[in-house]
Amino acid sequence: MEKVSRRRQKGNLARAFHRFKKNPLSFVGLSIILIMVLVAILAPFIAPYPRDSAGAVHFKQMFQPPSWKHPFGTDEVGRDVLSRVIFGSRISLMLGVVVLSVAVGVGVPLGLFAGYFGGRVESVIMRITDIFLAIPPLVLALAVTAVLERNLYNSMFAIAFTWWPWYTRLAYGETLSKKEEDFVEVSESLGASRLYIVFREILPNMTSSLLVKITLDMGYAILVGAALGFLGLGAQPPTPEWGTLVSLGRIHLPKMWWLSTFAGLAIFTTVLGFNLLGDGLRDFFDVEVE
Amino acid sequence: MRGTYLLYRLIYMVLVLLGVSLLIFFLARVVPGDPARLALGPEATQEQVASLRHKLGLDRPLYAQYYVFIRGLFKGELGMSLITKRDVFKDLIQRLPATLELVVTAMLIAIIGGIPLGVLSALHKDRTIDQISRVFAFAGVSFPRFWIGIMFQIAFAYILGLLPITGRISGDPPTHITGLYLLDSLITRDFPAFVDSFKHLVLPALTLSLSPLAQITRITRANMIEQLRKDYSIVMRTIGMPEAVNIYKYMLKNAFTSTLTVIGLLTGWMIGNAFVVEQVFSWPGMARYGVNSVLRNDFNAVVGVTLVIGVGYVVINLIVDLLYGYLDPRIRLKR
Repeated sequence: MEKVSRRRQKGNLARAFHRFKKNPLSFVGLSIILIMVLVAILAPFIAPYPRDSAGAVHFKQMFQPPSWKHPFGTDEVGRDVLSRVIFGSRISLMLGVVVLSVAVGVGVPLGLFAGYFGGRVESVIMRITDIFLAIPPLVLALAVTAVLERNLYNSMFAIAFTWWPWYTRLAYGETLSKKEEDFVEVSESLGASRLYIVFREILPNMTSSLLVKITLDMGYAILVGAALGFLGLGAQPPTPEWGTLVSLGRIHLPKMWWLSTFAGLAIFTTVLGFNLLGDGLRDFFDVEVE
Repeated sequence: MRGTYLLYRLIYMVLVLLGVSLLIFFLARVVPGDPARLALGPEATQEQVASLRHKLGLDRPLYAQYYVFIRGLFKGELGMSLITKRDVFKDLIQRLPATLELVVTAMLIAIIGGIPLGVLSALHKDRTIDQISRVFAFAGVSFPRFWIGIMFQIAFAYILGLLPITGRISGDPPTHITGLYLLDSLITRDFPAFVDSFKHLVLPALTLSLSPLAQITRITRANMIEQLRKDYSIVMRTIGMPEAVNIYKYMLKNAFTSTLTVIGLLTGWMIGNAFVVEQVFSWPGMARYGVNSVLRNDFNAVVGVTLVIGVGYVVINLIVDLLYGYLDPRIRLKR
């Protein structure tokens, strides 16, 4: 009996891997993300001028166009733009991880409860979710930053504040479809506690949908974070946040084109990586996620 | 049946909006930090702060403030802007057409471009056209809006000199009728103004449309591929129905229903990103007003902008929902 199921499992994995292979773009995505993570971890070692990540000043070499010495050029106080962009990867990736941890940590349990318990729990949770979803996310995030001090952590909070309802909706929908299935009924008849069923029976059955959504959302969260930074409502200078870098460089356009261009390219590449991987994973797990 | 459903939806919409007003109101009032102090800056004296607090009604209990706020809403008042010293509602009405013109144009570009592109990709599945549109779609959703806007400015305005860099119009605006410059200049036959405002609109609208264009292309493609596999379209082909009729009359109508829901969601996305795009192109719209009020701690204005956008978004989604039912008889009957 166990042998059969294991063989079937192996067959499933092989088929899934075949599907993943059929989509070479997802490998590209995975590679981009792995490189970005490595860059973020190793930033102090690979950045040519690690001190330039903060408030260093070298007036003698300001506004130098890209060269061998400074591949991405230098900024208005002579800092190496490449070093700043490298350190920026830490901020964007951290923002994505924090925002999604909070969104998933809050949103998924709420969706599970609403879907499994039904009744009043369901109506209260889902109506609150509807209210949050009635305002476009970026607009709500802006309104939240309006009442907080402007810094990176508050912008993360603002984004997470708008993000959890999407996970509530996802978990709610999945729970509704899962709770009628046999394995839940069996567990119930064996006398498992409701919390056990929710977290140990239903939750593990939605990991693939969650994983796909989280991967895609990493990209979107990074975009929103960069947008807040660009508007001056997120990380503040001299923090080398990518959106802030683009915004600061904009004042010196079009002559100092390198200031905005490379930071923007970094955002684009990272977000593209998550989108490609997310799309590959969607085919891989064969799930529908909005 | 449909009447009941419509009524149910309308009542629910009002409840959601009431919830939205509560959420925004408490967001602005309950959080730590004193709007009056923030607005006046650290140099203001205690008396000045207290006087502004009184003027804004901030010294009254919360429920009383909320009551005043809601009562104002029914009178079309959103409170005084701390920057323009006018009622926020008047400020917003004045700036709404600019944002509307931008978002509607961008949405039109996305729909007019995205649907044919999606159909084309589906008909040539996995061939060159499809691959190109796939790459384009991935890029389209991954560009930071503000950055691609700046790149457009560098390319089309600075280097090629084809289009203006920022603003909505260089000369005098056309006579005010709707506030939408394109429409107003057409009505008054002010063609120089039409060309002028059109040129200003191209880059911001294009910037805003890229991601929705990509998403509409993808969803239309997926839906069309599904339709192509269905029995009815195979039968149509077998009996010799002209391909164009088959595609555009039957399949596209079926594929469009699910595209429509996405369009509703994308509208929200667009309004959000208008905040960024208007900032890049110094577009004098509501979203730019919103950003500036956030930056300058103008609380009433922030609340007003968020609320007006919330109302607009909820109404749009209701319309999309009703259209959806209209286009898909199965849903219409179920209701």
